[in-house]
Amino acid sequence: MMRRNGHPFDFWNSTRLVVFLSILLFMIFPFSSLIINSFHIPGKTGLSLDNFKDFFTLPYYYRTLFNSLTVACITMLTALAIGLPIAYLMTRYNVMGKNILHILIIISLMSPPFIGAYSWILLFGRAGFLTKALAKIGIIFPTIYGKGGIIVVFTLMMYPYIYLYVSGALNNIDSSLEEAAENLGASKWHRIRTVTLPVVLPSIAGGAIIVFMTSLADFGTPMLIGEGYKVLPVMIYEEYMSEMGGNANLASALSIIIVFFSTSVLLIQKLLVANRNYIMTSSRPPKVINTHGWKRFGISLPVYLVCMFSILPQLTVVVTSFINTRGPLFVKGFGLGSYKNILYRLSKPITNTYLYSLCSIILIVIFGILISYLIVRKKGSTGSLLDILVMFPYVIPGSVLGISLLVAFNKPPLLLTGTAIIMIISFIIRKIPFTVRSSSAFLQQMDPCVEEASISLGVSPRKTFFAVTARLMTPGIISGAILSWISCINELSSSIMLYTGKTATIAVSIYTEVVRNSFGTAAALASILTVTTTLSLMIFMKVSKGKVSVV
Amino acid sequence: MSHTVIIKGAVKRYGNFTALHGIDLTVNSGEFFTLLGPSGCGKTTLLRMIAGFNTIEEGTISFDDVVINAIEAHKRDIGMVFQNYAIFPHLTVYDNVAYGLRARKMRKEEVTPKVEKALELVHIKDLSNRRPSELSGGQQQRVALARAVVIEPGLLLMDEPLSNLDAKLRVQMRTVIKKLQRRLGITTIYVTHDQEEALAISDRIAVMKDGVIQQIGTPKEIYTHPAKPFVANFIGTSNFLSCIVNSAEEVKVEDTYLCSLPLAKNFKGKASISARPEHMYFTTSGLHGKIVLSTFLGDFINYEVQLDDGKIIQVNEYSQNMEELRPADSEVFVKFNPQKVSVYDQATEEVLS
Repeated sequence: MMRRNGHPFDFWNSTRLVVFLSILLFMIFPFSSLIINSFHIPGKTGLSLDNFKDFFTLPYYYRTLFNSLTVACITMLTALAIGLPIAYLMTRYNVMGKNILHILIIISLMSPPFIGAYSWILLFGRAGFLTKALAKIGIIFPTIYGKGGIIVVFTLMMYPYIYLYVSGALNNIDSSLEEAAENLGASKWHRIRTVTLPVVLPSIAGGAIIVFMTSLADFGTPMLIGEGYKVLPVMIYEEYMSEMGGNANLASALSIIIVFFSTSVLLIQKLLVANRNYIMTSSRPPKVINTHGWKRFGISLPVYLVCMFSILPQLTVVVTSFINTRGPLFVKGFGLGSYKNILYRLSKPITNTYLYSLCSIILIVIFGILISYLIVRKKGSTGSLLDILVMFPYVIPGSVLGISLLVAFNKPPLLLTGTAIIMIISFIIRKIPFTVRSSSAFLQQMDPCVEEASISLGVSPRKTFFAVTARLMTPGIISGAILSWISCINELSSSIMLYTGKTATIAVSIYTEVVRNSFGTAAALASILTVTTTLSLMIFMKVSKGKVSVV
Repeated sequence: MSHTVIIKGAVKRYGNFTALHGIDLTVNSGEFFTLLGPSGCGKTTLLRMIAGFNTIEEGTISFDDVVINAIEAHKRDIGMVFQNYAIFPHLTVYDNVAYGLRARKMRKEEVTPKVEKALELVHIKDLSNRRPSELSGGQQQRVALARAVVIEPGLLLMDEPLSNLDAKLRVQMRTVIKKLQRRLGITTIYVTHDQEEALAISDRIAVMKDGVIQQIGTPKEIYTHPAKPFVANFIGTSNFLSCIVNSAEEVKVEDTYLCSLPLAKNFKGKASISARPEHMYFTTSGLHGKIVLSTFLGDFINYEVQLDDGKIIQVNEYSQNMEELRPADSEVFVKFNPQKVSVYDQATEEVLS
């Protein structure tokens, strides 16, 4: 059989080789090391199932799995309960200041995840501003530590996923579809139940699954606010990190268990909605109902309340970052003390964050577009294998990825632990699916004939890729890169496993500062992240012009 | 110089499915050659094999005496016009047309006159600074054409280039294409499913079905002497009448009407006659039936006639020969001109006339 591109070492074949070797080295090797590690017992040779047996027999361990699943399930339901109505109101009614609300919701989604938890501690924690204020007038606010606190913070952080997925789907329903139902004599509720809801169901499921997976994997929030209520990612961290009694092998086993659960959930979802994806190109977007006066106010109010609560953490950290402190205590008056403090003490994490993230997104962009091209254009077995492999990081919680890199690269010749390189590698693996997805979507809409036209005019496939394909993908690439950038600077759960004093990032430092009760500096660092995130989002919206979704 | 394209035993497979079964074909230098067939017949597959975008599983494709199977697409020196034009959206009209010349590292002083000449050939010189998004479909088509011919390729390939245009523009553009091809003398292979377009534009046509070439010939040959019932049916309209042949002088049509046919071969047995509506006429004896529907089409009237056995055939009657429309349900006798029909062996589909 003749090869399409003649030479076996042409551009795309070499690219494919490099991509597969990188995946082998940085994803498959670490993860298999983790699996092998989970079957080892410290101080013994040979493989054993003891780690798993311990987990499923000792309540101390298996309770964390139960806790994790409980929190993820409840969060999924509460996020649906908030996200669905908001999506419906925002797409079908003339809610006041709709565009600004939309941006606020996106900002609350893209912000550093654990800042929510941290702000709630600042406001309602034991020494919180509002707790103290309420106590003065005799109101005892219920504790926000533990399960309830985690769920509240998760819900406010993750309902935007539901909102974005579902409002996207609602906006894509051609109005003639609902008009047809109306024309056939269906009442409004009947219409929603029999036409609108079934059509947006895959999007609802998609959003719900993201909420579930994110809350299952999140480390920062339960670590800060969970206290006695321990979830699996926190347990993994403690088992691996604690100086006494820590057990890296057990931590590996825990990691395998959590990955098993997230993979199963994702597969179940894929099976359930596999052939129920309705592709619609809306020629006429649905009608927006215009309400007036009190009715409009009544429809806008719930949206405003939810937005206010979800943006509260960002406002809180920015305000508290300007409050004067003495040691761990906030004192009267405003000033730049906390910022002076971080410049003096914590400037290294700031430069680290931007430097690592910048290095990562450059590599993410290069690899991301090459991989998406291999997936979309060079179909066949390697393309679909790549498609699956690249999405693998979705089901791996950050802390698990962190451990597997530590396990794999802790001895020469591949001694990377404690280096900046290992931080950058973890950023790339974790964030590359965003760019691959957004550039794949762009490529799919692009007619392959344009590339063939260039080739038939005498330009080689490699040159065509850079002169035509990559050039046309630019808006998609830039949007994807900004999203990757935002999530890189906010990354905590893998960095917390991988950092050393020299390689700490802002997110890690916020965590360590909170742990040592240095709330002022933590707030100042968090403000820096929040402001960077918001500015990056503004640029993203300018560049993407609404064509690229943030989720 | 314009290539002669020689295809020998070309086979294309997709897994277990064979899309092309050993295609043999020669396109002469300077010829306008059309691959015609219904969708899924393999015509675009073959065109893309010639272009280098599809692999060739068996057989060879040569330009003159050079086998090009292993030559990469970008080194084949072919101009190609795509169905949806494939204009580079990020480049102006001028830059689109100059693209192939620049890829050939041509100097700027050479590029400009060539581009201008190509734009002039397709009458869009005044659009050279426009962006593709500002062009109509017909204008984009002209850009695609100019871009393909400006590199002076040895072969021009066109993949259903007119199918996205409206009816009037399609007829207009096909004249533009034909004149341009004549003027430049480029060997051209053109793919279409529109038989009328194929007849109008081609020097020769290959009619394809299910990955097999059914007939190759000039438009006139294919229309007047279709080699197979499929061709007779696909090109223009044909009535198929079953008959039993005892001898050339004694042919019984549809069990009722006895006539003689000019058969080239000695044949006895079941056959089918393909007769064009314009070669059928109303008379006082022959096949009996009644008129079901009459359609006035300007210079002729098309009648649907239901024969006694239920079969529906079409008869065209020229307007100037008659006074008024024949009313529905009126009883008629129909005959055909034996000199103009094609006769096929019903079993083997072999042509007998």
